[in-house]
Amino acid sequence: MTPILEIRDIGKKFRLTHVQEPYISLRDQFFGFLKRGHERKEDFWALKGITFNVDPGESIGIIGRNGAGKSTLLKILSKITPPTEGKIVGRGRIASLLEVGTGFHPELTGLENIYLNGSILGMRKKEIDAKFDAIVDFAETEKFLDTPLKYYSSGMQLRLAFSVAAFLEPEILVIDEVLAVGDAEFQRKCLKKMEDVNKGGRTVLFVSHNMEAVRSFCSRGLIIDQGKLQFAGASNQAIQRYLENLSQEQRRKFYPPSPVEGKDFSLVGCEVGIPDGTAISNGDTIQVHFELLNQSRNKFSLYLFVFRNESLAFVSSDLHQPACDSIGESERFEVTFSIPPYLLNPGHCRIGLMIADFNGNTEQFFNQMDLLSFDVEENGYRRGNRYSLGWSGAVSPILKIEAKRN
Amino acid sequence: MKMHYFEITPRRSLSIDLKELSDFAELFYFFSLRDIKVKYKHAGLGIVWAVLQPLLLMLILSLFMGQTLVKDSGGINYSVFVYSGLILWFLFSTGVSQASNSLISNAHILKKIYFPRLIVPVSAIFVALFDFILSFIVMIPMLILFDQPVDWMSAVVYWPIAILLCLVAALGPGCLLAALNAKYRDFRYTVPFIIQFLFFITPVIYPVNTVKYDWIRYLLCLNPMHAPIALFRMPFAGQQTEMLILVLSTGSSCLFLLWGLYYFKRSETFFADFV
Repeated sequence: MTPILEIRDIGKKFRLTHVQEPYISLRDQFFGFLKRGHERKEDFWALKGITFNVDPGESIGIIGRNGAGKSTLLKILSKITPPTEGKIVGRGRIASLLEVGTGFHPELTGLENIYLNGSILGMRKKEIDAKFDAIVDFAETEKFLDTPLKYYSSGMQLRLAFSVAAFLEPEILVIDEVLAVGDAEFQRKCLKKMEDVNKGGRTVLFVSHNMEAVRSFCSRGLIIDQGKLQFAGASNQAIQRYLENLSQEQRRKFYPPSPVEGKDFSLVGCEVGIPDGTAISNGDTIQVHFELLNQSRNKFSLYLFVFRNESLAFVSSDLHQPACDSIGESERFEVTFSIPPYLLNPGHCRIGLMIADFNGNTEQFFNQMDLLSFDVEENGYRRGNRYSLGWSGAVSPILKIEAKRN
Repeated sequence: MKMHYFEITPRRSLSIDLKELSDFAELFYFFSLRDIKVKYKHAGLGIVWAVLQPLLLMLILSLFMGQTLVKDSGGINYSVFVYSGLILWFLFSTGVSQASNSLISNAHILKKIYFPRLIVPVSAIFVALFDFILSFIVMIPMLILFDQPVDWMSAVVYWPIAILLCLVAALGPGCLLAALNAKYRDFRYTVPFIIQFLFFITPVIYPVNTVKYDWIRYLLCLNPMHAPIALFRMPFAGQQTEMLILVLSTGSSCLFLLWGLYYFKRSETFFADFV
């Protein structure tokens, strides 16, 4: 079978200039020769030697850590930026969705934005006319078609944006993590739509951190690491490999270099992971596991300290803690703390443990911070359209919210 | 089935892919439509604004210049002379300045999706054309009001040619400045100055025969806007224009266009990295 897309030895070089200038200015071009030698320039290969073929009808998931070069590859495939070397040959109409709602203008009405966005994405007016009702239906915004977009809620804007994109019908579709938007219900609808697109015989290239989506949606997976194609194979294998690499690297950091010995308690080992041993995302139950040796105490409580980025995120409460009283002297025991999903916001986290008795006399038996560290990754399920800003605060607990009309 | 074969390579050709442009033809329309709608949605006076600007300038100029400085506007009523020059000049100047800003104001789109970049400055010029059409419509009753004799037969020929030449004249510098603006962000400060400078060397508010020396006159004719304005006034009785002047001005306009397009195409692939 002739591949629909041949990527041959693609490389992209960026020149990093170590001058704090947001843009090149004419002034610098004129007077640059005066201070040449002062600025350091450094070549950085965001991608190097990327080669693979895509067969018609395939759906390929591209995974890799932040900054691995996935987005650069998509930008090259989308013709937004040229490669520095190599060549891509395509045999079909290609369209790319690096974001949804590109070109949306707040002053224009929903209807006007559908046409504007559609034609930016490469649709003909006739095509949009024909699909118009379906687009509006899918977005569930028919009542607001004549309302300027600025009065839409962000959810509505996203639905509208995605709906236009969903009706794009190229032979090759390149998608960045645009699925990671909207409410869960709408996301399911979108994934379903994507699957239909692929089942309809179209070729899809899909970049995501959402392993579930890649698994369910892609037949083949590519791992890009530090600008190089590290692995290409079945998507299940790719995901497994990616997560293994990730967790191996993390696990190395996990174990304290040597057991921490104290007078009252000694720490034998500790580990962080989610139940099936894969990478940690904010949607997972994060389990912090300690193996301890009780040397001399019989009445104590355990406190888990979680630091996120630079500051303390929280200390676990000692309410409802199962009695550790039964653990007697010179006994080894295990404790597992489970951090519920969506409590910790994404970031770099460090773990500490304190063992103390705060009943009556305050006594502290064990206190060790920075026992291990790990990264909580954003799983993308509540990014909304401001995902690049991140979520504020160390934690975002899911609260029980009640609203009632008075 | 028709197969769309494409290649992505480090260097893209400098030639303009007309087929691709025609594939995206509707995008010209939607970009212009967006800018026109956004522009007039908020202006309290709405589209009246487009007409008011040349109209008020004309009033002031005819009150002061018309009475004192300009004795002979070539047999044309001075108000008509100024207004006809001004509306064409505004087509050029707003066209150029909008186009030169267009890449930066659409940066967020350029970073996210590919389409022929040339669409951006060209549709910016179309927005200026919309303003022009409005003020052009106002000119017709004005001709009657000022009792200006018009050779309507030649108007049908000369006006479209003049407008077309004016668009060509705006496109070259527009593309050039757009690319320069995207690359060197401080370049934009020079644009108003360039336009201001051009205004004074263009016979908008004074007739070209005011200039005494022949060689200066021919030098001024290298100005791309010279020919459109001269042609635009042709249908007004008594207007004669030297052929050489038209050829010089149009030739320089075409050279500017080639230069602008060349520079634009050359830097086009890197816009997403710059803007």
